[in-house]
Amino acid sequence: MAWNEPGNNGKDPDPWGNGGRRGGDQGPPDIDDIIRNLLSRFSIFGGGSKTGSGGGKSKSGRGLSGGLLAGFVVVALVVWGFLGFYIIDEAERAVVLRFGRVLDNTVTPGLHWNPPLIDEVNKVNVSELNSKEYQNRSMLTTDENIIDIVVTVQYRIVDPVKYVIAVQDPERSLDNAAESAIRHVVGGNFMDQILTEGRPIVAADVHERLQNYMNLYNTGIFVSQVNVAAVNPPEAVRPAFEDVIEAREDEQRSQNQAQQYANRVIPEARGEAQRQIEQANAYKEDVIARAEGDASRFDQLLLEYQKAPQVTRQRMYIDSIQDVMTASSKIMIDVEGGNNMLYVPLDKILEQNTSITGAARPRSATEWRDFADELAPYLPNVSSGGAVDASRLSDARSGVTRP
Amino acid sequence: MKRYYGIGLAALLLILAANSLFVVRETERAVMLRFGELVNADIQPGLHVKIPWVNQVRKFDARIQIEDSVPADFFTLEQKALVVDSYAKWRIIDVGQFYVSTQGEVSRAGSLLAQRVNDGLRDQIGERTLQEVVAGERDQLMLDLTANLNMDSAVDIGIEVIDVRVKRIDLPADVRNSVYDRMITERNREAQELRSRGDELAIGIRADADRQAIIFEAEAYRDAEQIRGEGDARATAVYADAYNKDPEFYAFTRSLTAYRETFKNKGDVLLLDPDSEYFRYLKDLDNGQPEQ
Repeated sequence: MAWNEPGNNGKDPDPWGNGGRRGGDQGPPDIDDIIRNLLSRFSIFGGGSKTGSGGGKSKSGRGLSGGLLAGFVVVALVVWGFLGFYIIDEAERAVVLRFGRVLDNTVTPGLHWNPPLIDEVNKVNVSELNSKEYQNRSMLTTDENIIDIVVTVQYRIVDPVKYVIAVQDPERSLDNAAESAIRHVVGGNFMDQILTEGRPIVAADVHERLQNYMNLYNTGIFVSQVNVAAVNPPEAVRPAFEDVIEAREDEQRSQNQAQQYANRVIPEARGEAQRQIEQANAYKEDVIARAEGDASRFDQLLLEYQKAPQVTRQRMYIDSIQDVMTASSKIMIDVEGGNNMLYVPLDKILEQNTSITGAARPRSATEWRDFADELAPYLPNVSSGGAVDASRLSDARSGVTRP
Repeated sequence: MKRYYGIGLAALLLILAANSLFVVRETERAVMLRFGELVNADIQPGLHVKIPWVNQVRKFDARIQIEDSVPADFFTLEQKALVVDSYAKWRIIDVGQFYVSTQGEVSRAGSLLAQRVNDGLRDQIGERTLQEVVAGERDQLMLDLTANLNMDSAVDIGIEVIDVRVKRIDLPADVRNSVYDRMITERNREAQELRSRGDELAIGIRADADRQAIIFEAEAYRDAEQIRGEGDARATAVYADAYNKDPEFYAFTRSLTAYRETFKNKGDVLLLDPDSEYFRYLKDLDNGQPEQ
């Protein structure tokens, strides 16, 4: 609805209706439309353009012009007055410039009126916590390495006056300053430090530096928080970095495996040691017990033997020799019979016997001799006994071994 | 007709007022000219009056401005190339001088400043090594640069440089690749070191375990033999005690046992002489008697 189109308005039956319909949308435009409608209406009457007739104009123009002017002024004043109202939200403050000059007080929340055209009202949201993210690729560190870093900055406007008047573009100032601060801090640190435990330090340094810049630039921005959201080595070298992490795991793994080995070997060795000692203990007890048993047996035997040595000795000897004779094969040769040409098929006998028992392999004559030699020491012992002539037996043995 | 005069007068006054009053905002500074001649170089914010058609007013943005330079190549002391992106913060302090030297065009002031910043940076970076530019004395570098710029620019262009900052320092693409290569080799070195250290420690742990195991076994052997020895000693003592009571009888009984043990197989063949003690009665019934 424009007021330079009076012809169009003349056809419109109810310009208010139009304004009323649109009024539902928002507050201030509503008033604007009303004003425009009003003005266009006036232009119909007093404008004297296309719609007015020639006769009517000369008559009514004279009568109306004074009142019209006054009315115009009044309406203009009313409109002007209306336009001066504005609402400041709880979260906002307003900075008012009167003829370009800043009024000392910032406007607090509520309904306010300032003369339009004279005062300029700048609303600033001072409560909202704004957040920005800076993704910086390829930043150089002190040790001339390159990292990618993502930093988030949260800020609030604390000084609306400075925010409005001091800097050309506070947000862009913040962007530039943040990039510079991040650059500076990253450039002042070693890569390993930044990548590992240094993140909070980087954040704190950037924070301090950024706030200093903001103060220097008079932006009225308060940086409430700076976070290092992510630090990564560049894409191209990331596999190598991941390999280091893997290597760290490998290092641990090797040690764990070795420790596992140790945990197996040492207890096993301890157990084995324990076993050896237990075996030794068993042996000791075994040997002692046997010794004691043997000794006891001997003592008792001796006791009885001493009561009747001759008979006992005889009996024991014959018993033993009987056992020996019973258990083994024997061939009796009467050497003194004078027949020197006695043929004894010793090999056959031995073969036969081994096949029966299936145990001993045939022994050669030399082996028999050695065997006899081994036994020999026992035999003289017996013969030296005196009371019984055991040497006869030994003679018999010699006869066997030396055919 | 009088009314028309009235209206005409009002309109005239209005036009006059519109042409003689002007507002300088807090964000602006203005100069007033009389037929092109500078008459007032420092008009403060507020409502002001001028003579229409005689005086012209030029207003300038007095806020702190950003001059965001285009990234440019610089060389460090050791002739390493760097791509540096910087920005400068500045504002007009001497409006008259500013108007005179730039014809009031902010963009021209900006490009003048950008050029000077560039030259300044070139000098400063050229005096420093890459290391120093990236890490060290950047604050000092910037302070020097700002001071130098202010010495000239304040007088020449009527502006004050508040701050010059480097946003980015990048290595040229080919250099960056070699940096990547170096980083990769460094990481490889570190990874190798870690793995080898793991192996080293692992070998140590294994060796230590083996040592402990061997010591355990050796000690166990020692202790076991000692115990066995004690057992043998005791047993020997017991035997000796018992057998010493009648050594001859012991030898006799022991020999008999040995005979039994020795000839217990059928495979043991005895060739016997009937003259032995055992067969005493085999040949001769009265063998023993006549002797007594």
